[in-house]
Amino acid sequence: MNQDNLILDVKDLKMYFPVVRGLLRRKVADVKAVDGVTFKLMRDETLGLVGESGCGKTTIGRCIIGLYRATGGQILFEDEDITSMSEKKLREVRRNIALIFQDPYSSLDPRQSAGGIVGEPLKIHNMALNKGEYKDRVEQLLRIVGLDPSMVDRFPHEFSGGQRQRIGVARALACDPSLIICDEPISALDVSIQAQIINLLEELQDSVKGLSYLFIAHDLSVVRHISDRVAVMYLGHIMEICKSRVLYENPLHPYTRALLSAIPIADPFVEETRERIILKGEVPSPLNPPPGCPFHPRCFMAIPECSQAVPPLRTISDGHEVACIRA
Amino acid sequence: MPDKIATGIVENGMAETAPRVSEWRRFRRVFLSRGLVFFGMVVILVFIFVAITAQWIAPYDPYKPDYTAILQNPSSSHWLGTDAIGRDTLSRIIYGTRTSLVIGLIVVFFACTIGITLGTIAGFFGGWIYIIIMRFIDALMSFPMILLALVIAALLGGGMKNVIISLSIALMPGYARLMCGQVLSVKQNDYILAERSMGASNLRMMLRHVVPNCISPIIVQITMMLGATILAEAGLSFLGIGITPPTAAWGSMVSDAREYLMVMPILSFAPGMALMLVVFAFNMVGDGLRDALDPRLRGIL
Repeated sequence: MNQDNLILDVKDLKMYFPVVRGLLRRKVADVKAVDGVTFKLMRDETLGLVGESGCGKTTIGRCIIGLYRATGGQILFEDEDITSMSEKKLREVRRNIALIFQDPYSSLDPRQSAGGIVGEPLKIHNMALNKGEYKDRVEQLLRIVGLDPSMVDRFPHEFSGGQRQRIGVARALACDPSLIICDEPISALDVSIQAQIINLLEELQDSVKGLSYLFIAHDLSVVRHISDRVAVMYLGHIMEICKSRVLYENPLHPYTRALLSAIPIADPFVEETRERIILKGEVPSPLNPPPGCPFHPRCFMAIPECSQAVPPLRTISDGHEVACIRA
Repeated sequence: MPDKIATGIVENGMAETAPRVSEWRRFRRVFLSRGLVFFGMVVILVFIFVAITAQWIAPYDPYKPDYTAILQNPSSSHWLGTDAIGRDTLSRIIYGTRTSLVIGLIVVFFACTIGITLGTIAGFFGGWIYIIIMRFIDALMSFPMILLALVIAALLGGGMKNVIISLSIALMPGYARLMCGQVLSVKQNDYILAERSMGASNLRMMLRHVVPNCISPIIVQITMMLGATILAEAGLSFLGIGITPPTAAWGSMVSDAREYLMVMPILSFAPGMALMLVVFAFNMVGDGLRDALDPRLRGIL
């Protein structure tokens, strides 16, 4: 891997949310939402982050943009550590990182017009020199995401869900960010609109030089389509990380294999022969994670050694890392 | 940019969105559709007109005693009669409108400015700031409003300025509490998080996004509280710690006329009616505003 092209380097990121109780707000426990996550993101690359709900995907995204202060570890964005940055510095860095939200209904201010929403980042960072330039840029952004610039004065309630998400994408693009964190940008949309938004994101990446995505989702087939590499998360840990093609053809971690076996196949005859790995039990609480490998209580390949120590990510082949002692 | 996709979607978008009904037109339709709301609006406008033009439309000087015409019954020269020192009741009611409206507006302005500011700060920042501000507000709210105003007015003494101060303090907690609750719910929305993720300052988030989304129940509250404020001012004046005589104020007029209640009921009835009409009108308009601004709030406030 070429270090010059590195845009984001997350090292052993930990995010614990304290559980407080009583009048004195005594800390009684930690919710270990993210517990020792390490990954790298290159320029022009899309890293898919998958996992079931509550596994810490969104938390990672929010730590990267500094909405949460990480409990431990480092997040190097363009060689600057976000975890130890002052609030003032962080506000400037946020110009280069954008966030696209899951719910296009609550992520747009209902009292602001489409143009106002899209132009908001320009105003925050004083990026438009005068009114004309501002107006041109807003219209250009709307055009980029496939909205008619004549709709600048309309309010969010006048748009459909897909159009609202396009406004969200336009807003994310406003400051020419080098990293966009897509936090389940399509989960709240119906399938035909999902495809439109995915295609839009891909086209943007093709046309903008040096734009990286951290694409958070729980839908494996969507992630496969858009990602160059995929990281699979479980209970605050990364289980497996590799090129997306490799992940789907040769999954090494038992959790990844169980996940992939749950994808239905469109052909009914093939579907009948599909072997499903049914996991037993529930996801343990991040308040009280199991010792050793977080997945071992539900793992069909578990051996006694699995409960001894948290398995580190091991490099199996070029760019394929797995956190499992049996792989 | 790929034009074919872009244009395809633009066409879809155009087909989907219906012709716009302007927000203002919708507001006007809902607001004025109810007869009582319309009536309330007219009453308020009439009172405002009267307050502004008091010196021209009042038939007599409201402060000049006329010892040749004391305690007269309504007649063609004095439509609502005269009081114990011969001042024309109608003229005094007309000047009293000015006192009532001015005090109502100034008090509500101060009370809601301070209340909204405190409520927004408490709700937005949370934590210790929330605890300190809201416990202070709770302490103020534990007194009945009129009692609090009474105590403060008694401490400060009468007069327009002191009435305004005491009523503002007494009314402020209601706004702070309402605003704080609104802010707590609005700041949960993703668009506030989005704003933070774009690098906006706290001040920008509060003024540009939190407050505008919280303001419609406050506007309703303001209108309804105008009526209550005018009533509270009349109450203070009635008790003799409000507007100092001889300034014409409805409350003190009712109070002065109390002694003649049996012989000349019109003396206290007339200012009482004016008071009732104004409070009623403000309540109706507040009701209409609530329906027009936010249909979801119907029946809550």
